[in-house]
Amino acid sequence: MKPLLQSETFVRIAAPLAVGITLFVLWEVGFRLASVPVYLFPKPSDIFASFVHNGPSLFRALLVTLRVTLQAFAAAVIIGTLIAFMFVQSRAIEVSLFPYAVLLQVTPVVAIAPLIIILVKNTQLSLTICATLVALFPIISNTTLGLRSVDPGLANYFRMNRASRLKTLIKLRIPGALPYFFGGLRISSGLALIGAVVAEFVAGTGGRSSGLAYEILDAGFTLDIPRMFAALFLITLTGVCLFAAMGVLSRLALANWHESEIRTET
Amino acid sequence: MNALVPGEPLDESGQRMLAGGERPPAVEVLSAEKVFSNGTRGLAPIDLSIAEGEFLTLIGPSGCGKSTLLKLIANLIEPSDGRLLWWRGDFSQVGQEGRRFAFVFQEATLMPWARVDANVRLPLELANLAKAKAAPLVAEAIERVGLSAFVRHFPRQLSGGMKMRVSIARALVTKPNLLLMDEPFGALDEFTRNRLDADLIRLWWDGRLTTVFVTHSIYEAVFLSTRIIVMAANPGRIFRTMTIDEPQPRDEGFRDSPKFAAYCRELSTWLAEASLPSASGGLP
Repeated sequence: MKPLLQSETFVRIAAPLAVGITLFVLWEVGFRLASVPVYLFPKPSDIFASFVHNGPSLFRALLVTLRVTLQAFAAAVIIGTLIAFMFVQSRAIEVSLFPYAVLLQVTPVVAIAPLIIILVKNTQLSLTICATLVALFPIISNTTLGLRSVDPGLANYFRMNRASRLKTLIKLRIPGALPYFFGGLRISSGLALIGAVVAEFVAGTGGRSSGLAYEILDAGFTLDIPRMFAALFLITLTGVCLFAAMGVLSRLALANWHESEIRTET
Repeated sequence: MNALVPGEPLDESGQRMLAGGERPPAVEVLSAEKVFSNGTRGLAPIDLSIAEGEFLTLIGPSGCGKSTLLKLIANLIEPSDGRLLWWRGDFSQVGQEGRRFAFVFQEATLMPWARVDANVRLPLELANLAKAKAAPLVAEAIERVGLSAFVRHFPRQLSGGMKMRVSIARALVTKPNLLLMDEPFGALDEFTRNRLDADLIRLWWDGRLTTVFVTHSIYEAVFLSTRIIVMAANPGRIFRTMTIDEPQPRDEGFRDSPKFAAYCRELSTWLAEASLPSASGGLP
């Protein structure tokens, strides 16, 4: 019993799980006793029943949202990294273009989504563009910061050895930027999902290619509150999974050397 | 003896000159001075000849220009006036066989993401040497600093002294003829520093390296050097020169000898004099 409780991994999983289960039980029992009607606020059991009942359509919607999210995330990583590389090439480029990168960050996606949806015919593509715009900035700013944060001693050493720009980039700047880059990935993965959902809300696409946002809208129209909760739950779960996946990636890449991923033995 | 041509290896008899004179010079500083852009005179014109095989130590109060002089020798900065010669040639020939130098910084400056062998391989990689060709050189350099058991370790798994050893191996892997060290053991505890000093003497002796070493430690300077240059500040200049003519390679026995204590005492007096305002021509 004792060694299990002292194991950090066990506590890290068990403690939040215990909180979650307690909340669910309180929610179920409390709402049952107060007999809150299902169309106002459903109980966990209602949501679960809705999951079973609407399983296939919810799952299809999840895949649609997930596809938009992952496409947007991939596009943001590629474009953001390229822009960051461009920024570190010269201070002049960064100074003249960075304010426009900030525009990306401060413009709400809901405000530009209608424009993009009108301009781009293909709905899937327009949704992906919206989500990409949302996810782009953290990658740009973090990767730029990382590529700039070179250990001055090492930079000096590379200069003394007459290392070419390319060698310095590959051997020094890129490895040094990885911790920042992975920090950007964690933020950006969540933003890609938010962007995908928000854009779909604005687009309001129905039919076979509709995602979880449309499920929520549709459930709202038909007052099917448990289905709304089920879709919401799936979105949350997707976000958590994405975040966890980024954590695993980061650990794989940095575990051996970077302070953020080193587990100290005590 | 004087017929030795520049770049010729030292003779095999094991007889090595201890301080200047009959060995061909590895580096010559010819009236080189340094005035910084803010007008400070970092170094007054300096004349200094560093013979091949010498272990030359630069010591002095802060601001005396010892690091500046070392950077001039490494061609990291240019003299404001005067010039330097490396193996009786200009810097463009440095890097050729027999005219290589390596620099060891105050910090180990290792790549935290790379294992020990990859860190040591770095200068060869930057010189575009193939991995297969570099491997035996890397293994040998790591062996020479006694870290063969830690080849696959990451820097953070090593102690400060071991990191410094990796840094020295990274310098040795290019087979330098001249080793420039800027307070390399300054951040280490005394015990580790003494051990590294003893190992450095062996590396210097076995590798027939010319070494220019900057330190703040009187004991370290006396233990390691064949010649010590005491510098004074305002402007930075050579104050006095001490030759330590003791048998090589030295070991811990030298550290306990009365002679060692006498050298240290004298050097300490000189350093105190070099730090006086009258010696510095201004405030200390």
